[in-house]
Amino acid sequence: MTTMTLDKLKAGERAVIRAVRGEGALRLRLLDMGLIPRTKLTFRKAAPLGDPIEINIRGYELTLRLNEAQNIEVEKIEESEAGAEL
Amino acid sequence: MSRPLVFALAGNQNCGKTTLFNALTGSNQHVGNFPGVTVEQKSGIVRSVKNRKVTVVDLPGIYSLRPYTMEEIVSRDFIINEKPDGIINIVDATNIERNLYLTLQLLELRMPTVIALNMMDEVRANGGTIDVLALSDALGVPVVPISAIRGEGVSELVDRAIEVASEGILPKVWDFCDENSPVHRCIHAVVHVIDDHAQRAGISSRFCATKLIEGDDGTLSGRLQLDQNELELIEHCIQEMESETDFDRNEALADMRYTFIEKVVADTVVKPRESREHRRSLAIDKVLTGKYTAIPVFFAVMFLVFWLTFNVVGTGLSDIMSLGIEKLTQLCDSALVTYGINDVVRSLIIDGIFAGVGSVLSFLPIIVTLFFFLSILEDTGYMARVAFIMDKPLRKFGLSGRSFVPMLMGFGCTVPAIMATRTLASERDRRMTIMLTPFMSCSAKIPIYAVFGAAFFPRHAAIVMIGLYATGIILGIAAACVLKNTVFRGQPVPFVMELPNYRLPSLRSVGLLLWDKAKDFIHRAFTIIFLGTIVIWFLQTFDARFNVVEDSADSLLAHAGRILAPLFVPAGFGDWRAVTALISGFTAKEAVVSTLSVLTGNIGATELRQALPALFTPLSAFSFLLFTLLYTPCVAAVAAIRRELNSRLWMLGVVFMLCATAWAVSTVVYQIGKRLPGFGTVDYIIFALTVAALFAAFVWLARRNRGEVYATSDKAPSTGTTSALNPVRKRRSRGCHR
Repeated sequence: MTTMTLDKLKAGERAVIRAVRGEGALRLRLLDMGLIPRTKLTFRKAAPLGDPIEINIRGYELTLRLNEAQNIEVEKIEESEAGAEL
Repeated sequence: MSRPLVFALAGNQNCGKTTLFNALTGSNQHVGNFPGVTVEQKSGIVRSVKNRKVTVVDLPGIYSLRPYTMEEIVSRDFIINEKPDGIINIVDATNIERNLYLTLQLLELRMPTVIALNMMDEVRANGGTIDVLALSDALGVPVVPISAIRGEGVSELVDRAIEVASEGILPKVWDFCDENSPVHRCIHAVVHVIDDHAQRAGISSRFCATKLIEGDDGTLSGRLQLDQNELELIEHCIQEMESETDFDRNEALADMRYTFIEKVVADTVVKPRESREHRRSLAIDKVLTGKYTAIPVFFAVMFLVFWLTFNVVGTGLSDIMSLGIEKLTQLCDSALVTYGINDVVRSLIIDGIFAGVGSVLSFLPIIVTLFFFLSILEDTGYMARVAFIMDKPLRKFGLSGRSFVPMLMGFGCTVPAIMATRTLASERDRRMTIMLTPFMSCSAKIPIYAVFGAAFFPRHAAIVMIGLYATGIILGIAAACVLKNTVFRGQPVPFVMELPNYRLPSLRSVGLLLWDKAKDFIHRAFTIIFLGTIVIWFLQTFDARFNVVEDSADSLLAHAGRILAPLFVPAGFGDWRAVTALISGFTAKEAVVSTLSVLTGNIGATELRQALPALFTPLSAFSFLLFTLLYTPCVAAVAAIRRELNSRLWMLGVVFMLCATAWAVSTVVYQIGKRLPGFGTVDYIIFALTVAALFAAFVWLARRNRGEVYATSDKAPSTGTTSALNPVRKRRSRGCHR
């Protein structure tokens, strides 16, 4: 049970969103795209130059920048838990 | 004939909206702009309905109806102000959760609505099912499964849409939360406050309530004519809800919608774990966005598109087109001569209209070819990946990844490059890219570089040319940094963007887009460009007393050149012939060379090469080249800028900015070069690059002091789920809870 921000995840790791911060248009955009507390996501990969990143959420692929991802607090799902769920 | 109907077509990006729109309307489309903004508005008549006029307006692809992006605002305003008879909401069945988020907001509008459940064929092919009847029940509106790309279900969709609109059938469900939840109580209370106002304004009170809770941009409360008391009452309700739930207002409503959607989806959708298309996309992305492969593949794709457009297909077609125009011109010319028409009129038709419009029309094949490739890149989903790959390097200059493509095409021709900015997601990026594209030296300037290079820098012609291109790029970057901190300051656009599954493009959509672009360009060629070429012809043909000139040195154009010439003395080319050539270059850059030939009395390229040293020194020639690199693009490009920026003022601003930069750079280089004797060609280039780089560095430093765009978000409070939405609200909330 480790909380961290979304940008700190590694490729292939799964996590649950705990909080969505940020302001104005950015935060609303995140909420609209389905990044809401309690939602599960998978970190796919970072772009070749390290930024932005790609995540899988609600069955689709979403990309966002690292500084945008910093606003999302997540809790990592450990491998065994993730396996049990699938 | 029954009453005509108007529908708004609304949906997310990448859900097949354009394909459905094309399937509904065919080539029967009208393209314009939403009032006051550069967001494109397409409307068309539904072709399958014969006995009444059914119009569909294609709203921009949006994820929500919040008043934040330009696209969301125009969509909301269109629905509220224009009051269409119904809404067709297209939903991607393969990505139903997120797509229904917009649907719920549309349903709150309480207007006749029908849902087009697109890509049902894909869902079925993957062994999934969607209980359409149950979904329809849960949402309270008709749901029609369709496949827009195959045209399946489209006629049924039209029938149902006409039915709900003509009978005024409203959605049966518009409440998406538990009756005992704080969110429900809050919405209910706000509805109670504003109900009368909303009825008077003719807008759904439910929609107004949720939008007021989410934070209004002032439009709604103005429309509803709410007084201070009522606004405070509403604010009180919201704060009560916030303190009862863990969420702030925005989270609460987003959570309410997604919770409702999750339940509906769980009840109606049977989905296999991962669809074939999605797995295939992930596999393709292993290469196309892979750590080591992405960038090489990207440059290979760009090179291929560029090479095919400007070298293989485009030029071939362009040559055929020019040949055709030439033949037509000759035919007309001899017919006019036979007819014995007045010489001035003949000159107007042949030298003015045919030559001017003809040279511009020869761009057409290049435009069509480029758009063919661009639309394929866009429709397959690769453009979204381009943004993903190139975002980091371009963000430094205040642009986003997608801006790379139009700017690269600018090296071929500025006209299609500027038209290609349509693919950019945000208005800010679009405007900025349009303003920067002219810095990329277009291929029509190559003849100028070639003639001057051969005449003045025979041993270093290639280095001079590379130096000019590099100077353009560096100054473009510098201009980007300036624009980012001045005109476009404080308008950051969240990058948060979907990477859609790779899909085969629909040939019909590609075809219609090409037709659209070609039509648009031809229209411009015969209006603004036509006018521009006639003006130049007029100036070239007459002298100040409106007599036809014998010697082109007496023409009005030459006079204008003489008047303007002193302006260019500091830049080293104050000769009226050089200035006149620059003016004529406004019709097309190639004209700079041909005008210089005529004015110096030398027709061939070799003779011109020998005559040029009488007009320029190597230094002033280099300064002249810098000016041609940077000054106003040709009339066709300016017309494209005017069209895409949708403003004459902005267009003039861009032209002025370019001319001023050109003048400043060439003057600085000439003045300093003049004071440094013994300078060789290579030194000029190094020097020009240094000037440009210093300029860029200066701007860069100025920028750094202002800090990063999102710096403010770091200051968000670190406790729980509350966000710092705005200080005013927080202050008020403290006062209220005491």
